[in-house]
Amino acid sequence: MRSLELRSVAVSIMLLMTFLLAWHLAVTGGSSGQKMDPEYAKLMGITATQGKSAMPSPVDVGLTLWGHIKDPFYVRGTNDVGLGLQLGYSILRVAAGYLLAMAVALPLGFLIGMSPLMSRALDPFIQVLKPISPLAWMPLALYTIKDSGLSAIFVIFICSIWPMLINTAFGVANVRKEWINVARTLEVGTLRKAFTVILPAAAPTIVTGMRISIGIAWLVIVAAEMLVGGTGVGYFVWNEWNNLSITNVITAILVIGFVGMLLDQILARLGHLVTYPE
Amino acid sequence: MQDRYISIEGISRSYPAPGGGKTTVFDDLWLSMARGEFVAVIGHSGCGKTTVLNILAGLDAPSSGVVIVDGKAIEGPSLDRAVIFQSHALLPWKTALSNVAYAVSSRWPKLSRSEIEAKAMEAIRLVGLEQAAHRKPSQLSGGMKQRVGIARALSIDPKILLMDEPFSALDALTRGTLQDEVRKICIETGQTVFMITHDVDEAIYLADKIVLMTNGPGARIAEIVANPLPKARTRNDVHRHPAYYPVRNHIIDFLVSRSKSFDEEIAGKAWDPRHPPLVNPSIPEPSVAAIGKGPVTQGQGGDKPGFFPANRMRGTP
Repeated sequence: MRSLELRSVAVSIMLLMTFLLAWHLAVTGGSSGQKMDPEYAKLMGITATQGKSAMPSPVDVGLTLWGHIKDPFYVRGTNDVGLGLQLGYSILRVAAGYLLAMAVALPLGFLIGMSPLMSRALDPFIQVLKPISPLAWMPLALYTIKDSGLSAIFVIFICSIWPMLINTAFGVANVRKEWINVARTLEVGTLRKAFTVILPAAAPTIVTGMRISIGIAWLVIVAAEMLVGGTGVGYFVWNEWNNLSITNVITAILVIGFVGMLLDQILARLGHLVTYPE
Repeated sequence: MQDRYISIEGISRSYPAPGGGKTTVFDDLWLSMARGEFVAVIGHSGCGKTTVLNILAGLDAPSSGVVIVDGKAIEGPSLDRAVIFQSHALLPWKTALSNVAYAVSSRWPKLSRSEIEAKAMEAIRLVGLEQAAHRKPSQLSGGMKQRVGIARALSIDPKILLMDEPFSALDALTRGTLQDEVRKICIETGQTVFMITHDVDEAIYLADKIVLMTNGPGARIAEIVANPLPKARTRNDVHRHPAYYPVRNHIIDFLVSRSKSFDEEIAGKAWDPRHPPLVNPSIPEPSVAAIGKGPVTQGQGGDKPGFFPANRMRGTP
């Protein structure tokens, strides 16, 4: 157990085990088994009769999670759709909003980064729009777009645009002067310069912005879907809350975290590809 | 008759000074260079050497005046004038070969991919880097990076090579080797070179003419030193040539004292900025017949105004 990696894995597993054990102990046991009128007991449910907490144990959550993994794509009516399908809806919405944001933020960021005039002219708008909570746009989006699904996409668009825009502008504006001078002395045209010098030079900064954006988009989609309802993992969480199925809520929370990590890792991989050592 | 391949005509550069007014870095600079000539500029920091080079490269514009190259005024950067940057300025995401290929494809956009590659490889081979052609700049040593920079500049067959302290970031050993190689390549190709340097020995070894600039602000070209050493000089024997130390001492004297007090030196005399004196310090002075007596005596001698009346001559108009 010399290597740091092995030791850190061991500590992680130990921490997880401790947490699961504490969780298990916290939700089992307690007072139980009082004699009561069977009819009253039936009304009270197992929470009162067997002293079982409404909070599920780790084993319950594990079993539910396994059930969702085994059968992720079932449809048994509007309110009983497989978690895999719900995740799919959310990922599609995030992808649509995120790609739209990219299509706007990258060219606009280039413009702002390359033109001091546009940079100054657009700065006040960005400064005011950036701090607005994406959900504050929701009523306006619902009113103008008149479609809840598209409104959710718009909310993702508006929340993921800012980090990409600001990082692109910053990365483009701070490309080393000497690299620009190389392109200038070689009489490289503006468009070719943008793609062969500025883009690769600014790529690490741009991808960092994209990574921040995907994180925010995944945070916001859950909240947005709770508002618009219908489909998606956010709706799933809210629906299960209404069903008082804490087990499913916890399961969904775990899955949301896992997918978020996956999205972040994809962008991290992309960042690794475009980073250059100097 | 000397042809004026490059003609710097009365350029000046000034910028607004803090608190109103303006600071003039240099003013009314005139200099001409012949085709195939190697000119080195020496001066202290802040005299605007790099600005002059950037103006020649077309990366910067003079506040007034004009630079004419091959009969045409410089209006911007050109592939005819290649720059070797002090900090090599390689694109770090490209390999050595593709850094050079980038320049080649900019010069000849119609060439096929394989032709571009072949031309780039040719330039890489010229600087002896074929083994490292596919490495990224971060995997190259400082000297190798600068070689790639030189290969990139040479690959586009420039009419003029502009070098901004190209060897100053290198260790002494690498610097020597690279100087040898650059000298060899420039002589073989008859390249016209404008180089900025801080290194007196480098200037004497490489240049045909050494331009001495006074301190800024308000810098001017004080003298142009004609290098008396034979063209066929080598690193090993250059310092044994009888003219070597007179030239070296003349330049060092200038840098140590005259570059500061040059305005006093010419005060009251007719000064023509269009024709800075062409000096040849090699002709032995009576007081320093024996070089072994030490350069200090000679250095003091050089301080006396008008000490070289016989060999100070007007630059050709």
